[in-house]
Amino acid sequence: MNPDLVIVTTAILVSSASALVGTFLVLRRMALLCDAISHAVLPGIVLAYWLSGGARATLPALLGAAAAGLVTVSLVEWLTRTGRVKNDAAIGIVFPALFSLGVLAVSLYFRQVHLDLDAVLYGEIAYAPLNTLWLWGLELPESWLVMGLLTLLNLLFVLLFYKELKLSTFDAGLAASLGFAPGVLHYALMALVSFTAVGAFQSVGAILIVAFLIIPPATAYLLTRRLPTMLLLAVGVGVVASLGGYALAIWLDASIAGMMATVAGVCFALAFLFSPLEGFLTTRLRRRRQRLEVAARLLVAHLAHHPQPVSEQEIMAEFGWHPRFLRQAREKALQAGWLEARREGLWPTSRGRALGQGPSVP
Amino acid sequence: MTLTQTATLPLEVRDLTVVYREQPVLWDVDLAIPPGQLSAIVGPNGAGKSTLLKAVLGLVPRASGQVWFFGQSLREARARIGYVPQRNTVDWDFPTSVLDVVMMGLYGQLGWFRRPGKREREAAMHCLEQVSLQDLAHRQIAQLSGGQQQRVFLARALAQNADLYFMDEPFAGVDAVTEEAILQVLHGLKSQGKTVVVVHHDLETVREYFDHLTLLNVQVIASGPMEETFTSENLRRTYGAKARTGG
Ligand SMILES: Nc1ncnc2c1ncn2[C@@H]1O[C@H](COP(=O)(O)OP(=O)(O)OP(=O)(O)O)[C@@H](O)[C@H]1O
Ligand SMILES: [Mg+2]
Repeated sequence: MNPDLVIVTTAILVSSASALVGTFLVLRRMALLCDAISHAVLPGIVLAYWLSGGARATLPALLGAAAAGLVTVSLVEWLTRTGRVKNDAAIGIVFPALFSLGVLAVSLYFRQVHLDLDAVLYGEIAYAPLNTLWLWGLELPESWLVMGLLTLLNLLFVLLFYKELKLSTFDAGLAASLGFAPGVLHYALMALVSFTAVGAFQSVGAILIVAFLIIPPATAYLLTRRLPTMLLLAVGVGVVASLGGYALAIWLDASIAGMMATVAGVCFALAFLFSPLEGFLTTRLRRRRQRLEVAARLLVAHLAHHPQPVSEQEIMAEFGWHPRFLRQAREKALQAGWLEARREGLWPTSRGRALGQGPSVP
Repeated sequence: MTLTQTATLPLEVRDLTVVYREQPVLWDVDLAIPPGQLSAIVGPNGAGKSTLLKAVLGLVPRASGQVWFFGQSLREARARIGYVPQRNTVDWDFPTSVLDVVMMGLYGQLGWFRRPGKREREAAMHCLEQVSLQDLAHRQIAQLSGGQQQRVFLARALAQNADLYFMDEPFAGVDAVTEEAILQVLHGLKSQGKTVVVVHHDLETVREYFDHLTLLNVQVIASGPMEETFTSENLRRTYGAKARTGG
């Protein structure tokens, strides 16, 4: 089996599985909770590892992690519901507590065993091609099986319960009053997040999994205002991060998972700056255009009121404009066909004069 | 006081108490809402009006009390009940369109798994027409004004096609035109024989808009037909000495 292929496909599976459930986390404003889950699964993994007698076993680890994830969510909700701690504080209390339990357990009981802390925290996707198992007479990477199943599970969940998830995310009150059990869906989603976090932790580690769960959906959120598109874009960003991250990691000889998270972060930064919806730069550019447009209208209206040509000095004094801004406004008005340049100066066209009838905002 | 619930009443509440932390927010509330009328719930901020709606609909736990809808339990009567929450209870930046939100009102009829189709889209469009928002059907909900958001919620409630509606301050922060449009919808519902329970804030208009009045301040101060209940004495007991009867 080609190791490059195994690594890249594993990454794509991890990011797809993560993006599908991560989208709903982002929309529920629970990004922080996902951080908590991804850390708190550690004691669950350790416990399962210990119970299963130290064998490298994926299934007990998955179950232990999912249990730990649900314990995290329940503890956070219980703390919040007592009304004595705010939600973010509750998360901040629960997850270091559980995580430190896990770290302690690892360092105390598993010093000699093959469960080293670095691998747990940062993962090592480069080992993905080495862990194989035999299935139907084929030697397959274990990560394909685990992450493939998880991707399928998340995909089925989102497809089957799309309508219910959307409703309970947007308006849990209505979902409850229509009998759609938003609480059950909530815990199901959290269980899947825990599953995904632990399935992925062998590849990308407990910390970087957050980059896969949150960054692609957060990027997609900046780019669209439609939920189906957001889901697709989130998966797309994950795929781009996997491919681009791997290529860069090979080229720069850097950590593969780290590079993938970096590329995802770069995607987010680009969307943040250039999104056609409300990108930081796009918005500023649009505002500038709009300001120029208003200035051009002002200029045309001003000229239309004067029978003689008006000097530039007069206009700049009248509006308090810089020469450069006047030039830009004049350019804009000429382009829009509101002004024409004659030998004796600038004249409003008939369209320009029609503008003066009143502020008609397109 | 009868010991069996009256089957014809759309809503009957007995001994309802709700406690957030240690403080009772609703105390021993008894309520009977008459059928086919526009019914107002009025009281000062923090009186527990929103909590009353939520407790009745099972959205917050109740410490004690029983609730019947048309003589049935919430579970049995669920499909006949529509709820319009306060506008700020949802995230209006959610990536979805106006038509999509209105279609959510039809999810209850669809049940689990079934997806909305052409029929649902047409029904939702029809509801949008009733609140004059058909032109904004495909607009993203982030780009709506407060009054438009309120009308979207109203259209969604219409789509539910319920017999009993609960609305939490539908008139809050809307202009005169939208207020009139909402009132039209309420009258339309009433003429179809539906019952509407509205949390209302404006003492000036409450007498004109509604048939039945419940004055609430943790406890029910008074509840009954508008003319009998809307008295300065009752308002004083609800709001304290400062309340005005509004002419
Ligand atoms: N989730 C909650 N946790 C704790 N206390 C709450 C909660 N929700 C409401 N309260 C308290 O319960 C009381 C009643 O609140 P409620 O929202 O029902 O009042 P309201 O009559 O609807 O007020 P308004 O007119 O401002 O909408 C208030 O004192 C409020 O502080
Ligand atoms: Mg309220």
